[in-house]
Amino acid sequence: MIIKQIAVFLENRPGKLAEVLGVLSKQDINLRAMSVADTADFGILRLVVNDPDKAVQVLRDASFAVKTTSVLGIKVSDKPGGLLDELKKLNAAGINIEYVYAFAASSVHDARVVLKVDDLEKAEQVLYSPDRVGDPADGPNFYW
Amino acid sequence: METMNRDEMIALQGLRLQETAQRVYRQVPFYRNKMQELGLLPEDISGIGDIGKLPFITKQDMRDNYPYGLFAVPLSEIVRIHASSGTTGKPTVVGYTKRDIGLWSEVMARSLTYAGASKQSCIQVAYGYGLFTGGLGAHYGAEMVGASVIPASSGNTARQILLMKDFGTTVLCCTPSYALYIAETIYEMGLDPRKDLSLKAGIFGAEPWSERMRKEIEDRLYIKAIDIYGLSEIIGPGVACECECQDGLHISEDHFYPEIVNPLTGEVLPDGEKGELVLTTISKEGMPMVRYRTRDLTALNRSVCSCGRTFVRMGKVLGRSDDMLIIRGVNVFPSQVESVLLSLGETSPHYQLIVDREDNLDKLTVLVELTEDMFSDEVRGLEGLEHKIQGALAGILQVSAKVRLVGPKSIERSEGKAKRVIDNRKI
Repeated sequence: MIIKQIAVFLENRPGKLAEVLGVLSKQDINLRAMSVADTADFGILRLVVNDPDKAVQVLRDASFAVKTTSVLGIKVSDKPGGLLDELKKLNAAGINIEYVYAFAASSVHDARVVLKVDDLEKAEQVLYSPDRVGDPADGPNFYW
Repeated sequence: METMNRDEMIALQGLRLQETAQRVYRQVPFYRNKMQELGLLPEDISGIGDIGKLPFITKQDMRDNYPYGLFAVPLSEIVRIHASSGTTGKPTVVGYTKRDIGLWSEVMARSLTYAGASKQSCIQVAYGYGLFTGGLGAHYGAEMVGASVIPASSGNTARQILLMKDFGTTVLCCTPSYALYIAETIYEMGLDPRKDLSLKAGIFGAEPWSERMRKEIEDRLYIKAIDIYGLSEIIGPGVACECECQDGLHISEDHFYPEIVNPLTGEVLPDGEKGELVLTTISKEGMPMVRYRTRDLTALNRSVCSCGRTFVRMGKVLGRSDDMLIIRGVNVFPSQVESVLLSLGETSPHYQLIVDREDNLDKLTVLVELTEDMFSDEVRGLEGLEHKIQGALAGILQVSAKVRLVGPKSIERSEGKAKRVIDNRKI
């Protein structure tokens, strides 16, 4: 399913990540997944949280540059080649993956993965063929 | 000329000021309008004592008359055009007639002679050649002295040192910070200036420097380090230069008449008082400047120097009355950075310039506050933005700057106004 990711600009200075996490924890926002892309000067923190709209608001109020991006959240079987099967489908459809990171484990049977792709709608169609309707990842439960 | 007595000098300056007032009134609409506003005619100027009647001209006026509006001769009479950075996007343009180039060579030759240069000297010019007046100005003066000139231009330090060593350079012309950098490189290359080089003197300018830097340069290169002053608006290097006494810079006052004014009120201050230097070119043809506000802070001393010269002396420049920075000899205004950011449209006007001096080289970093419009969740998006700003800045500033994006509201604001410049250099 298409989910909202929050990207936060981080200056490359000690304590910056902790500052963001502090703001979120104070507002009872729970992290589901995160990744940091970094360069020598700055980092981009990407987050999936249980309440994206509230997270954006509180981070803005705390003077962070924030951007929401639609990304794809998928569940894959927690077995060798589980993610590979999904990527093959995207590849076959000519969809380019810009970045990817994994979710915190939520069950022993499957893993969750966040994908930023160049053609979101098409990627979703490719991965969620009609026979996969009812995937638990489709429900609001996805953010658990 | 250099030892002319005061009365003769005043008479000469008076005559030349009268001619200049006539010329600008007739030839330059800007001056004519300004003088008419004050009800002033060229005939009202009967001596140098009347200079205070004339209005000031500023860098902003140069910008308003870009590019050729202040030329007092047709373009066909102009043989050279130089430009320096203006306060915003557009450069400041200056034009020289053939006679102006001769006059410039003469004042520059005087300066080199003050430092001890002669026909026997081998002068290496390590100022940049190009639109910047440093390189060509020093070059023409050195040729007029009759010295052997090495037009090395700036940069490529290892080659500079090779030339110095193999060609037997005796006089070096460059910025003082570059002189220190050269000195450092000489030692890194395992050379000893006393054994391997023939340097005797250096003429350093285009940026302010302290007595501490002078001592360091002299101790490391075993030379006499002479301070030279100039600005392209007036002519370029050679407006004033120290003699061997190193006690103030002799202004070539037969061509450039100096005044010191209160930078806030414009009121003329007596000799010895610190204020803003105002210069009037009294013999230039192409682009005469009448009472140009240099924004450089200094004081004048009209006593006769121990070298015997009577030319008035200005103290080492103490600072600026505006926010101009000099980075690697190049003038940089914070407003230039602002105009670049605004022209790119997508960036915030919140920025800060940080200047450091590492290994005697100036480093400029521009912090730009990120807005959400500029923010991208992809690294290449932000890096692309940094490169785009960097490229645009390099084009306007003519000195490279590193751009660093910072978070919203992270630039310190004092009384609601952002602090534009942090200069960490210890000069």
